[in-house]
Amino acid sequence: MPTEHKLRARIRTGIDGAATGLAVLSTLLVVAPLVAIFAYLLYKGASSLSWAFFTDIPKPVGEAGGGMANAIAGSGILLAIGSLIGVPVGIGGGIFLAEYGRGTKLANAVRFTADVLNGVPSIVMGIAVYSLIVVPQRHFSAFSGGVALGIMMIPTVCRTTEEMLLMVPHAVREAALALGVPNWRSVLAITVKTASPGIITGCMLAFARVAGETAPLIFTAFGNMGWSSNLNEPIAALPLQIYVYAISPYDEWHRLAWAGALVLIVLIVAAVSLVRYVTSRGVLKGAS
Amino acid sequence: MGVGIEVINLNAWYGTNHTLQDINLNIPANHATALIGPSGCGKSTFVRCLNRMHETNPIARVTGTVRFGDLDIYEDAKPVEIRRRVGMVFQRPNPFPTMSIYDNVAAGLKLNGYSNRRALDEIVEKSLRNSALWDEVKDDLKKKSGASLSGGQQQRLCIARALAVDPEALLMDEPASALDPVSTSKIEDLIFQLKSQYTIVIVTHNMQQAARVAEKTGFFLNGRMVEFDSTHKIFTNPSDKRTEDYITGRFG
Repeated sequence: MPTEHKLRARIRTGIDGAATGLAVLSTLLVVAPLVAIFAYLLYKGASSLSWAFFTDIPKPVGEAGGGMANAIAGSGILLAIGSLIGVPVGIGGGIFLAEYGRGTKLANAVRFTADVLNGVPSIVMGIAVYSLIVVPQRHFSAFSGGVALGIMMIPTVCRTTEEMLLMVPHAVREAALALGVPNWRSVLAITVKTASPGIITGCMLAFARVAGETAPLIFTAFGNMGWSSNLNEPIAALPLQIYVYAISPYDEWHRLAWAGALVLIVLIVAAVSLVRYVTSRGVLKGAS
Repeated sequence: MGVGIEVINLNAWYGTNHTLQDINLNIPANHATALIGPSGCGKSTFVRCLNRMHETNPIARVTGTVRFGDLDIYEDAKPVEIRRRVGMVFQRPNPFPTMSIYDNVAAGLKLNGYSNRRALDEIVEKSLRNSALWDEVKDDLKKKSGASLSGGQQQRLCIARALAVDPEALLMDEPASALDPVSTSKIEDLIFQLKSQYTIVIVTHNMQQAARVAEKTGFFLNGRMVEFDSTHKIFTNPSDKRTEDYITGRFG
């Protein structure tokens, strides 16, 4: 018997080792593309990065140098408008779905719409906003670009907010109601607050996703080779600038496009990390 | 000071399920009243009718009258007002997980718009002292989350939270059933002290607990109240055969 025992133990250990190996392998496969992209961007783009890249606006073809300062600022403005629209509408929709509309036809319709909206190709979103805002106004604008990004953020923010709110235990809601707290206040101050780390993650996810969007901006923000902070005028954006430079026939512009792609990724990672850091401060010991 | 609760012809339903049938009883002020009975007999539903928590469930319905002092709670007042005056402690400790110990206790007041800092400090300390938790947490009030405490401490935190809004009655739905014996005895000691100031209704599965803390005991069975009398009488000389069968362990 002891030998059989040992044999079985060895088989178990073997299976355990194999499973661990597979898990490690999967992890590497997940991480590998990200690392590869980042390394390639560094290799191609880092050499073209200079101080001027962050301070200068694009130069005409043939002139050396020039930067993407206007595109970086433009992306910031577009994302700010997008977040101002996408975050409150998305969170509001999520609160409705989880707290007020549960089981109603309206809620089912909203949830379905959000899911469909999530799957709409971004170019279609650009055309939709083009015909809704750009055509009536008869000009491209930063505002319309921000609206397109904002609409794209809504479904992600909305559905993650709903999921996160539904994860808050029923007992916590009851505790607030039993203290004589009105329902709306309990929802905002207790349920939403308890779910806030997850909701913030959802917002960051939506933000990072639209930060790199090019297609919806082609028909809306349009792009701009100079400075513009007027919301009624076309505005530059990093992804747009990268796109324009990348398909151009000039080597100088290709190099700047690589640098732009590197800067875009670094800025997204930096923005997400910053929000995570700021919102994680002041967390209490033992809080889940 | 506590206020007595008078229940007249109370009926309650969950959907089509008639969970409480014609309940009549008088819960005396400033005493502890225990409700015993097998699982599913309607005790929890009954206490939830006393602060209108019952109706947070959309399929629930109630008829009959509950008088809290001079107030008919279903006719004369809004649910939020009743719940401020009739506090509740649940079976499983449910502190607000993202709040500090201090904020947990102050939550009921803060969320109702109360913001006087110094008064809040005093109320928090008084409530934690009343729930016998102050000495264990006074150094970590704002540093530690309510969820970081042990189960027994969490339950006393929930009691402090309920006391902080200065209720006149306290409903406790099996407050010690998820706790170890030491924490249970602390909660029982607490009930003993609290009943001088509050009217206490405690649902329990533990008959010794009912005998230890309560002057009055009600026995519930299948949605009806079989017998309501002094605790001593219920446990030594019940009038109803079913009560006797239950307390002697013949069923339930």
